[in-house]
Amino acid sequence: MAGLSQLGNSLYRGDVSYNIVGRRKAWYLVSAILIILSIATLGVRGLNLGIEFKGGAEFSVPLTVANDESVSQARETVLAAGETPSTVTIIGGDTIRIQTPALSTEASNALSAALADSFAVEEANIKVQLVGPSWGDEVTQNALRALLVFLVLVAIFLSIYFEWQMAIAALAALAHDVLITVGIYALSGFEVTPASVIGFLTILGYSLYDTVVVFDKVKENTKGIHGGSRTTYSEAANLALNQTLVRSINTSVVALLPVLSILVVGVSLLGVGTLNDLALALFVGMLVGTYSSIFVATPFLCQMKERAAENIALAKRVQARRKGGDAANDVKPEISIGAPIVSSAGPRQQRVKKTRSGRSGK
Amino acid sequence: MIWTFLPGERHTPKLGLDLRGGTQVILSPSVAVGETLTPDQLNQTVAIIRQRVDGFGVAESEVTIQGTGNGAKIIVTIPGETSRTVVDQLKTTAQLNFRPVLAIDFGSPQASASPTPSVSDSASPSTSPSGSATPAASTTPEPTPSPSVSVAPELLVPPIQSPDGSGDFADRFAALDCATSDILNGATDDPAQYLISCEKDGSVKYALAPADLVGTDIESATAGLPQQGAGGWQVDLQMTTDGAKKFADSTTKLSALESPNDQFAIVLDGVVISAPSVNEPILGGSAVISGSFTADEARALAQVLKYGALPVGLEVDEVQQISPTLGNDQLQAGLIAGGFGLLLVVIYLLLYYRALGVIAVVSLVAAAIMTYLVFVILGRGIGFTLTLSGVAGAIVAIGITADSFIIYFERIRDEIREGKRLRVAIDQGWIRARRTILAADFVSLLSAAILYYLSVGSVRGFAFTLGLITFVDIAVAFLFTRSLVTKLGNSKWMNSGSAWTGVSPTRLGVTSSTSEVN
Repeated sequence: MAGLSQLGNSLYRGDVSYNIVGRRKAWYLVSAILIILSIATLGVRGLNLGIEFKGGAEFSVPLTVANDESVSQARETVLAAGETPSTVTIIGGDTIRIQTPALSTEASNALSAALADSFAVEEANIKVQLVGPSWGDEVTQNALRALLVFLVLVAIFLSIYFEWQMAIAALAALAHDVLITVGIYALSGFEVTPASVIGFLTILGYSLYDTVVVFDKVKENTKGIHGGSRTTYSEAANLALNQTLVRSINTSVVALLPVLSILVVGVSLLGVGTLNDLALALFVGMLVGTYSSIFVATPFLCQMKERAAENIALAKRVQARRKGGDAANDVKPEISIGAPIVSSAGPRQQRVKKTRSGRSGK
Repeated sequence: MIWTFLPGERHTPKLGLDLRGGTQVILSPSVAVGETLTPDQLNQTVAIIRQRVDGFGVAESEVTIQGTGNGAKIIVTIPGETSRTVVDQLKTTAQLNFRPVLAIDFGSPQASASPTPSVSDSASPSTSPSGSATPAASTTPEPTPSPSVSVAPELLVPPIQSPDGSGDFADRFAALDCATSDILNGATDDPAQYLISCEKDGSVKYALAPADLVGTDIESATAGLPQQGAGGWQVDLQMTTDGAKKFADSTTKLSALESPNDQFAIVLDGVVISAPSVNEPILGGSAVISGSFTADEARALAQVLKYGALPVGLEVDEVQQISPTLGNDQLQAGLIAGGFGLLLVVIYLLLYYRALGVIAVVSLVAAAIMTYLVFVILGRGIGFTLTLSGVAGAIVAIGITADSFIIYFERIRDEIREGKRLRVAIDQGWIRARRTILAADFVSLLSAAILYYLSVGSVRGFAFTLGLITFVDIAVAFLFTRSLVTKLGNSKWMNSGSAWTGVSPTRLGVTSSTSEVN
């Protein structure tokens, strides 16, 4: 813990600085690979849509122990009742779940009674879910409409509170997070239920929340840099990233701990269920969200901003000044907003060498 | 907030169906292409469904509408263990039967004030005078007091139907007390059998013969004013070809009889809606039911006759039946997960922020208590129910709430690294952190609000909880954490520079040379 705290000090001063913005190509490559993999997996495997999206009937029968025998027993019971089971799965070791194509309520009642009879359980303890085929479409449509409205409003808010480039960068990071999370669902074959849709939607909120925190610092650090010639926009933004790095790590840990605990507790106590569907989407999404607010949103923002005339001029001035006065490098960097990126020599440096940039600010 | 725990009130949040078990049915009204569902139709449908659900006799059952227009959904929630047939009973279009009246008993005297409507041939309106409403007092037997005989409970269980109209049937008729019977909750009505039933306001009881006509025999029914303009509102009936024949037979038979046997009862779901008397044989297949109807009564009756109660058809979108044991398991798992997650967060915050971490933990506890109280109050006030996705939303919110403190603490430490003294750092750090917290929370609120307005079912519960907790977060950070940090900042020990304070300048890398004096 003390190590992280010390790192925080060094990061804040600029003693230690990870050149995140400067290496944007590397991050873009990582993200591009992940996104291409996601899209490819989606195209090949597709999503394993839950019963809510396909329509059909689902019966969960609680048993003391569910094993392969109970699976075949369930299959026979369903067939004997004149229905066709689409899937029969064991959940959490003590529950057996049977899915069938759409059933009428009468047929479902009959099957539920047959299952209760076959497994000698109370009929009331069997969880039954019947879903019309249009229901999932409606859930999806509602979610998409909500998404669209949300994106428009958020873009407006960010454009007013920050500036339009930040809005675009934040939304790009958002699209990145959702694509990768959906890709992981396709890859892992986890079922997509309305609960996971809720999870996706939460990721949107969280991803933006995280980006807003980072951008707020970027905004603060880049305020007034155009008056001088000390630091370029990218350098100021990079310092902001470094200064909020400890916050990002702490927040991610604190946010992920409860989600992780849902996953662990949920899997060990309940097997598959609403809680887990939600927690998996959240866990992946929050991880990707933290990554993207640091490694995608800000570098992308800098790329856009560096094209602006005032920032090109600033970069030239900074370069000219640094050529003229190399002596500035010998002076201990000022601890002020917009300090240049400087590498320091010290024992801490060894520990973090692999991940940090060795480039010194020239 | 103290009043939350006034004695005699419920002190726990209202739990949703997925946490305590029960049945949830989502129904969507089906309308023909190009037609729009009016709010009136929707409300009427919901009122009828609510009546049926109340008939199941389960406390705290709920019928709610989500969405508007053609996209509206009717969500029926029945807690606890319920029969597997509820769904069929919910969506069935009610049964409508026309039964000749055998006997009428006005349970209480005031009922005699309501006149009996009459039915007449619409083809010859002149033959039925405008005053065709027959005053009930003159056509029915003297009002009899409610029988005070003690009745075996099983006799009161609806439906009271019998294949023949004799003996036992008559006893049951005498024993029935409409005010206490649950006949009014509706029941299946076998048109081939005799039936004892009550008028829908519970005032009158009827013994009825097997049905002469059923709902499907009616082609259309409309409410309107008579062309002569005299009298009140009336309902015009048009029978199908088959129905016209049956109606002709029935009215020929009935019109020859004495009151009350010249009446037929319009029975919906086993409850008598209206019992007009027949003035003459109606042969043409079109009839008028007239009486002292108000416009609303006439429309309601026409609606019932035309659609068999439900103004629109219903499709079942989703049925979910969750056993109470499973619901309880889910709640427990959610609580264990939440508690465990919270514990990990507490440990992390204490290790990293030390004394400041204590403030963070106390603030988190304050936020948790506040959230719980709001759940309880809203559960009581606006019927907010805590569902599993709501619990998940709350667990996720732990992170977002803790982040507000982290942003603040990191800002304080940044200020100290700049060489500021603790008290200054606390104030300036707050000014900067405040802006970030508000901006970030605004995005959370925005997503919660949009999710809430544009979605149905479990997504809504989640959005509501998330939005609620974001508010709690802002309240706690601004009113509680902020002042607690200021108080702590004034203490000597926090300024001592001890490593355990979490804001030690030395540990934050400030050397005495860079330390400003201000």
